Amino acid sequence: MRRTLLAILFFVALVAIWTAIVRAKFWSPVLLPSPLNVWDYLVGASRDGTLLSASLVTLRRLLIGYVIGIAVGLPVGLLTASLTFVEDTIGVLALGLQTLPSVCWVPLALLWFGQTEGAMLFVVVMGTVWSVVIATDTGVRTIPPIYARAARTMGSNYFHKWTHVILPASLPYLVSGMKQGWAFAWRSLMAAEIYVTILTGFGLGHLLHYGRELNAMDQVIGIMLVIIVIGLLADKILFSPWERFLHRRWGTGRK
Amino acid sequence: MSLQEELQGPPPAKLVVDHVSKWFRQKRYLVHALDDVSFEVAEGEFIVIVGPSGCGKSTLLDIVAGLEKPDEGRVLADNQPVLHPGRHRLVMFQESALFPWLNAFGNVMFGLKLKPGLRNSERREVAKFFLHLVGLEKFMQANVHELSGGMKQRVALARALAPNPRVLLMDEPFAALDAMTREQLYGDIQAIWQKRRKTILFVTHNVREAACLADRVIIMSPTPGRIRQVFEVALPRPRDFNSIEIAQHATKLTAALKEYGAPATVATS
Repeated sequence: MRRTLLAILFFVALVAIWTAIVRAKFWSPVLLPSPLNVWDYLVGASRDGTLLSASLVTLRRLLIGYVIGIAVGLPVGLLTASLTFVEDTIGVLALGLQTLPSVCWVPLALLWFGQTEGAMLFVVVMGTVWSVVIATDTGVRTIPPIYARAARTMGSNYFHKWTHVILPASLPYLVSGMKQGWAFAWRSLMAAEIYVTILTGFGLGHLLHYGRELNAMDQVIGIMLVIIVIGLLADKILFSPWERFLHRRWGTGRK
Repeated sequence: MSLQEELQGPPPAKLVVDHVSKWFRQKRYLVHALDDVSFEVAEGEFIVIVGPSGCGKSTLLDIVAGLEKPDEGRVLADNQPVLHPGRHRLVMFQESALFPWLNAFGNVMFGLKLKPGLRNSERREVAKFFLHLVGLEKFMQANVHELSGGMKQRVALARALAPNPRVLLMDEPFAALDAMTREQLYGDIQAIWQKRRKTILFVTHNVREAACLADRVIIMSPTPGRIRQVFEVALPRPRDFNSIEIAQHATKLTAALKEYGAPATVATS
């Protein structure tokens, strides 16, 4: 309760400072709209449905790309951690590509796929998959070997060992890897939507882009706020329950 | 199969370690871990192997468990060569090898679920029975990190006993515990061993622990790991860890260990 109150107070203070700066007229209102202007834009965009439809388009792309990224990254990460020749080939590739900022995939995706949904998806998957591979790989390598040894003496064979020992034992790493993958997917998608103009769906990134084109600062800031809130909610809804479970089971984290 | 039948299970096994040698290849040199080690363990006998670190006693236990392969020689369990790990020879490790993603009950169930021929309700009954046996029936749902060191090793003991193995291999299971907890567990393990007769191979570097628990104590010396001497401990059970007789036996064991000497160089374990 006290913590919630403190958080609310903090954000109220932020808005107050923002308002004060606008009132002081340091910058032209075109460059820095007041919180009220941004609020008006958000209400208007919600009323005419642009905000909702753009959010849905963006979330749909994000979800599809993310699921593909996890579905590919998880098994590949397990393979790089367990087979030396995969580690020396795909593992090195993954490490290299993970360092590549996802926006760097945009020119390639545009040339390969044109201005299509495929280009979007490609950028999101490329932004997600490598970080998931690396996180999974790290997770599996960090498991104390004694777990597998103990399981073997109790009759755990190869397949059972993977499903009942290696995977659950690396769960804390897998969850943080999936969380990281989510963050990367989100970043990649925004990059893709800002740079790739397509007609099949108008996402939040596009609204941001057109806000800049039209010099509509209230729209730019409003959409940025929406993007932040979606990221925050995803974290709280998708990952927090998992993390709480892990902390309770493993006895990690703050009480 | 009824719970009673399941709990009775197969009789303890006889073990034969037959001219076992083992080398480990390090980067620059070869470590001779075990050199021509031979001994026999009778059905239901409690054998303790004592030696300084680096004498290969843990390696020996791994070989009997089937986790490592000997370079020479072989291990027989009831005249069958040991080629890989098996449910009939369960290991209790030094550090807690409990699975943190399962609670105490789940850990005991892990081995039981891998044992065929039981219904799930029977498995749960068996798991409860063994958690009760080690005195942890109130902590079945506890997460591993919520248990004390002694309780963790009790769960580990229950987990090793539950699938009813014929041989129990214990690799310094009490080394990381404080003295009070350890002494309590000496009493417990003797009581449990009386009730549920197993062939036990127990590795330690603590001579007093050896004298307190063993029917026979095998003394090993390092580099290369060799058997030096075998002591009978013909004291009545249950034995009191702090009794004079145990102390006397321990003194003898210490003297023997000193005679075969600490290695001139620092041994790798």
